[in-house]
Amino acid sequence: MTDLSVSVSANGHLASQQPLPEAPAKVTVRNLNFYYGEHQALKNINLTLGTNRVTAFIGPSGCGKSTLLRIFNRMYDLYPGQRVTGQLMLDQTNILDPRLDLNLLRARVGMVFQKPTPFPMTIYENIAFGIRLYEKISKSEMDDRVEKALRGGALWNEVKDKLNASGLSLSGGQQQRLCIARTVAVRPEVILFDEPCSALDPISTAKVEELIQELSESYTIAIVTHNMQQAARVSDKTAFMYLGELIEFDDTSKIFTSPTDRRTQDYITGRFG
Amino acid sequence: MAVESNVVDAAGPYDRAKALSAFKLGDVTFYWITRLSAISVLLILGGIILSLIVGAFPAMKEYGFSFLWTQRWAPSADPPVLGALGPMYGTLVTSFIAMLIAIPVGLGIAIFLTELCPQWLRRPIGMAVELLAGIPSIIYGMWGFFVLGPFLANTFQPFMIKIFDGVPVLGAIFAGPPSYLSLFNAALILAIMVLPFITSISVDVFKTVPPVLKEAAYGVGCTTWEVVRSVVIPYTRVGIIGGVMLALGRALGETMAVTFIIGNSFRISSSIFAPGTTISAAIASEFAESDGLHQSGLILLGLLLFVLTFFVLAAARLMLLRLEKKAGK
Repeated sequence: MTDLSVSVSANGHLASQQPLPEAPAKVTVRNLNFYYGEHQALKNINLTLGTNRVTAFIGPSGCGKSTLLRIFNRMYDLYPGQRVTGQLMLDQTNILDPRLDLNLLRARVGMVFQKPTPFPMTIYENIAFGIRLYEKISKSEMDDRVEKALRGGALWNEVKDKLNASGLSLSGGQQQRLCIARTVAVRPEVILFDEPCSALDPISTAKVEELIQELSESYTIAIVTHNMQQAARVSDKTAFMYLGELIEFDDTSKIFTSPTDRRTQDYITGRFG
Repeated sequence: MAVESNVVDAAGPYDRAKALSAFKLGDVTFYWITRLSAISVLLILGGIILSLIVGAFPAMKEYGFSFLWTQRWAPSADPPVLGALGPMYGTLVTSFIAMLIAIPVGLGIAIFLTELCPQWLRRPIGMAVELLAGIPSIIYGMWGFFVLGPFLANTFQPFMIKIFDGVPVLGAIFAGPPSYLSLFNAALILAIMVLPFITSISVDVFKTVPPVLKEAAYGVGCTTWEVVRSVVIPYTRVGIIGGVMLALGRALGETMAVTFIIGNSFRISSSIFAPGTTISAAIASEFAESDGLHQSGLILLGLLLFVLTFFVLAAARLMLLRLEKKAGK
């Protein structure tokens, strides 16, 4: 693992380095509460995601980090009985506005899931599919976009000779990078990662982490992870959540070296969670 | 004490072997029961084919392959003239039209039930579909005869005939006069009868799509229609085709309802509003009062239906294999 962190630090900003200056807010969360039916899963959350910064969400299972992520692109809307109160802004757009066009919101806020989810179609189509939803472009332009997206997902060199193979024929790590490429292809502003590496081997994990670092130059990123080294390696800011509350939110280097809250310290030192 | 415990120890292994051998006997019995059940399927199938061939043999000898392309059906002529073209045509056309109607509607219901339907409406609609499957076919036949047939003949058929009057090919397909008893009416009843098969199987396979895959599609900004078209249906393709095949098998062989409303005419007409017949309808309406060559001819018709169904299902299976190859699985 030491090898990995060195290679990451070579092209990214590590927690041990100087924290980056404060970035303008991309996503602003104010007094957010979330309910699964009667059960309140999130309690009065307040935080901001800085533009082109990586924000990590850590905490024990069931603390609400994935729930929070799924509010950013209104994914919870698919299921009845789930509701939210409070304020959530993406730039000047109110994400919680019931009249908001969800398809446009999800084009602006992309999501990468815990398990790789390639669509049942070819590698090329997996990428082109999302682009076609929003743009009518020629075949040659589409080829360019697909190549660019696959390069963006650090997958081009591995798949350029078999673009017509099924997306399901790739290995787990490649599938996950295909999903990242697919997300990048529709040119979102924010990318949400929901434990993107939990189903991957260490080498694939390193590749995805590296990719997240590169993506943070052009995208605002939120990542939920159970792996604290990962949070430390890839993020600029870290939010520690516990039992639906945001306990501490600060620069990653500060959270991992001198947390202010007792519970944060207990969690990152492995005393519970 | 020591002696006693020795006895117990010695008895132990002996008892265990005996118990095990009893288990073994049970296992062998179980194996043979299941094996015989499986073999009985083959025996029954073989027996049916054999008796069909034996029964159809006189007609086969008399007419040979010309049975397949003769349209005339005159069992009371001397000698009787029998040809299967009319019933074969009717069987294929009614099943084709029925599938044309039932597949989109059945899939539509399934999509609505799994993807769009509010929770409280789900059970009523689901139960209605299941009830539709439970209605005996004779009821469909009576309803088709007394209600649907007159209704279509007074409204839909004149409308279509008027619209397509003079149009090259369609004009011939939708030609008059309107009729209570027609291929189209039979096909519509068939469509209603096979609808529940397509819907309930599609609902079951749609439920197997992992939620996260659908979320991923919604996540790139798909509408429900796009998710269904590009993710749900491709993912469940094999299951859907299985349901369609089951429905097609039912449509090809359905007898009672069709016999009521198809009109039992052996003449082939280009119009789907003209009366016709299907293989099973022909057998059902004539078998009781047939004998000799006529009866043998009807049995030969039955054999033909058997072969027809087999080929349709085989073709479907082939198509499925090619689809899977194309998808790169």
